Amino acid sequence: MNHLSEAVRWLLDAATWSGPTGLGVRTVEHLQYTLVAVLLSAAIALPIGLAIGHFGRGKNVAVAGTGVVRALPTLGLLTLVALFTGLGLTAPMVAFITLAVPSIIAGAYSGVESVDPRVVDAARAQGMNGWQTLLTVQIPLGLPLIIGGIRLAVLQVVGTATIAAYVGAGGLGVPLFLGLRTNDYPLLLAASLVVIALAIVLDGAFDLAQRLIRRLPGFA
Amino acid sequence: MDWILLNLPLIADLTFAHLALCIPAILLAAAVSLPVAVVANRLRPVREVLVSGTGLLYAVPSLPLFVVLPVVIGTGVRDPLNVVVALAIYGTALMVRSAADGLDAVSADARTAATAQGYSRWGRFWAVDLPLAGPALLAGLRVVSVSTISLVSVSAVIGVQSLGSLFTDGFQRGIVPSIMSGLVMTAVLAVGLDRLLVLAGRVCMPWSAAREAPGR
Repeated sequence: MNHLSEAVRWLLDAATWSGPTGLGVRTVEHLQYTLVAVLLSAAIALPIGLAIGHFGRGKNVAVAGTGVVRALPTLGLLTLVALFTGLGLTAPMVAFITLAVPSIIAGAYSGVESVDPRVVDAARAQGMNGWQTLLTVQIPLGLPLIIGGIRLAVLQVVGTATIAAYVGAGGLGVPLFLGLRTNDYPLLLAASLVVIALAIVLDGAFDLAQRLIRRLPGFA
Repeated sequence: MDWILLNLPLIADLTFAHLALCIPAILLAAAVSLPVAVVANRLRPVREVLVSGTGLLYAVPSLPLFVVLPVVIGTGVRDPLNVVVALAIYGTALMVRSAADGLDAVSADARTAATAQGYSRWGRFWAVDLPLAGPALLAGLRVVSVSTISLVSVSAVIGVQSLGSLFTDGFQRGIVPSIMSGLVMTAVLAVGLDRLLVLAGRVCMPWSAAREAPGR
């Protein structure tokens, strides 16, 4: 437990967090990678997932595809892409997006599907067209599950973003790998604790967001 | 292709090392989740806390867990046991909910009938609850098995041998076939173990196969 107390003491030191290679910069980088990867994934996955839910077609293909992608080891994908694109951020981004897209697709179509079909029929009967039904009925009512998919994606990416440092990018993986190579156990531990804390804080924030949405009028 | 042919023994060794980490982890996860699920179902007020709480463990990132765990359980970072326990934690996080839901879905009529016929709680669990929840438990176990096989690879980064070593070695030395063979073998193991579980399910639970058959 000595390493642990040393790690905690190091984390509580202000000098640890400042400077161009301090933990503060690394944490910001880590969150930036997560944000960019999840935004790009959402841009790809939300239209696909919403379309599957809205038209009720292509779900089997999506489920099968998701299974294949989930079995794919991220480290393998990362190193493979990195051999072609070189060191830097391209390979990690490809790996993170591959990781995040299936979760967001699954959340989006299950959200749309979870809406009571009678409500959708009622919207149609009132003369709404497909777009209006999707935008004003299916998305607002399915929002908690749609956000649930994004929540899962964020958690997966924030945890995996440490391996970006393995192919020369930044983030909290940098102090982690530095600690690993130099057998600096407290450093290794401190970096890991920050990542775990980030994951738990983000998960809690999403939990709160989902609860708040459920209370809004017109949302499920 | 030449690289793969020349390194077949290495690939075989790493495949076995991979299985040696996965299989104990999957079994351990199943052995832990089942009692946790039973306790969760029996103690209604804490059920949600127990089920969601173990699920939350899945939010802990894998690479940091591989690093933090040795401090908690007193192994070395590069000790395979450390990796097995970490993987078992993820497996448990995935499986507790499906096991608890599966056991919960056993019809109350069937249970009452078993009790009326004189089964003890213990006897009823093994003879009635477990077989009826079997298909749901198997489904949970299949998810755990695929996810574990894919997760093990990350441990190569901290220096534990598995198919993930083909990724780290291949990357450091710029050998594309090494990474490709690692990806292919991971997929082969995932599909193979999944088929094996389905097959075991058919053998142990012929009733679920009979129910499945007309639909397909």
